[in-house]
Amino acid sequence: MEWETVIGLEIHTQLATRSKIFSGAATAYGAEPNTQACAVDLGLPGVLPVLNGEVVRMAIKFGLAIDAEITPLSVFARKNYFYPDLPKGYQISQFELPIVGKGQVTIELADGSSKVVGVTRAHLEEDAGKSLHEDFHGMTGIDLNRAGTPLLEIVSEPDMRSAQEAVAYMRKIHSIVRYIEISDGNMQEGSFRCDANVSVRPKGQKEFGTRAELKNINSFRFVEKAIELEVERQIDILESGGTVVQETRLYDANRNETRSMRSKEEAMDYRYFPDPDLLPVQVTDEDIEKVRQTLPELPDAKKARFVEDYSLSSEDAGILTASRELSIYFETVVEGCGEAKLAANWVMGELGGYLNRENLDIGNSPVSAEMLAGMLKRISDNTIYGKIAKEVFEAMWKGEGDADAIIDSKGLKQITDSGAIESLIDEVLANNPKQVEEYRGGKEKMLGFFVGQIMKATGGKANPGQVNQILKEKLKGG
Amino acid sequence: MSVDKSDIEKIAHLARLQIDEADVADYTTHLANILDLVAQMNSVDTEHVTPMAHPMDAVQRLREDVVTETNQREHFQAIAPQVEDGLYLVPRVIE
Repeated sequence: MEWETVIGLEIHTQLATRSKIFSGAATAYGAEPNTQACAVDLGLPGVLPVLNGEVVRMAIKFGLAIDAEITPLSVFARKNYFYPDLPKGYQISQFELPIVGKGQVTIELADGSSKVVGVTRAHLEEDAGKSLHEDFHGMTGIDLNRAGTPLLEIVSEPDMRSAQEAVAYMRKIHSIVRYIEISDGNMQEGSFRCDANVSVRPKGQKEFGTRAELKNINSFRFVEKAIELEVERQIDILESGGTVVQETRLYDANRNETRSMRSKEEAMDYRYFPDPDLLPVQVTDEDIEKVRQTLPELPDAKKARFVEDYSLSSEDAGILTASRELSIYFETVVEGCGEAKLAANWVMGELGGYLNRENLDIGNSPVSAEMLAGMLKRISDNTIYGKIAKEVFEAMWKGEGDADAIIDSKGLKQITDSGAIESLIDEVLANNPKQVEEYRGGKEKMLGFFVGQIMKATGGKANPGQVNQILKEKLKGG
Repeated sequence: MSVDKSDIEKIAHLARLQIDEADVADYTTHLANILDLVAQMNSVDTEHVTPMAHPMDAVQRLREDVVTETNQREHFQAIAPQVEDGLYLVPRVIE
């Protein structure tokens, strides 16, 4: 039987505020345990939550970025459950009236087509603390620094039909929250993580199959793997006549498997009710307009502009606009060297390769956009060409200075003096009479041999185009 | 609306409340009475009434995003039953 996969994602993104959603405690990552957990975060008796206005503005900003309705009067609710990482006994979240309503994003698929994925809603809530299970004499250690950190939970429609689509969607949301600067999107630090609801159904069937929820996945690669594994598991069960149970499962990256966490029936009984400690949150048209003024150019618009202004392919434009930092870097390089295509090739090629190898973000690149532009200018004006440029780039990467200084100190300037090249060619031809004869006898691939000899003699500094041209003439003429 | 013993036990478990077996009958009656009242209210025609989000006719005031709390860990942990390395220790929980 042919099966169809149905996926919906719930993405939790930490909002980049200085203080928590309901208290004045700091949200900085990596502090000593419990040094940023105040009486409100600890759920001590008698405390009251006070909502952080920046959190509301950030949620509105996201809503505008995905073309969503902003709820004029949204309500916070208590989601009741007992777990020591949230000592109040409930999480303050939003249930019936989330601040952001229906919206949508467009994702690009591998075959070049695009697809619209619906966003059901996005609501504000507080994060929980962290439980540490190792090495406390059989007890669990609780760090409540993260408790009360603002989260925006972005819930998608079950619109995705493969693990690849789910990853494309997750990347898109990641790119948006970073463009609009509401989250640092740092996945290692847990600022951006997702739960995936996965089910399968016979192709053509209207009703959804029973779904499993994969919890707390914090990398794009793991999302893809976890979903693929889960789909395989469900198909195996169904094909051997079994039924899929609705449950929460955890993806274990080390063992590359998903396993059951708990049966969801009882845990699901969160008994939501409006939080009496918080009044409804009002968002006026004026508030929305104010936030709209702060929206930057969004990834889709920027991509379209790159294709239009720089004549880039849609694919290249997509890569260069995937992160705001990269798109700004690229445009700075273009501005500096004046050649978009050349800039695109170097940013995606050599620079991208170095960043990947050393696992660096564009923000940490030792070669600044201005430095790269400076080097590309030397390619455009024929001071250096491709192979030498790579050498210059490597030296810049290692911190040996800017391109002009490196070209100068290493003597890498290209030999363009045709007289000098001619005399070199004459010398090479004189030294290799046998090869010259073979070439003239019709063995044209000997040309490569001569080019090689000349490049060797010049340390790679001759212009290969020029060498080829002069060489051919000389060989013909003899 | 009927409530039975198992409902009471489930609600108590969800709220992590320990209740006396002898009190279950009482709780059952009381809760049933409350739900009956709700059922009675449900019969009122509210079609043209806007749902009320909060009994107070006011909206949430917002705070500036400023850190106002200082580290008072020692103070808070003085009343905790058990702490170690700055962590609150609780009976082992593992999924």
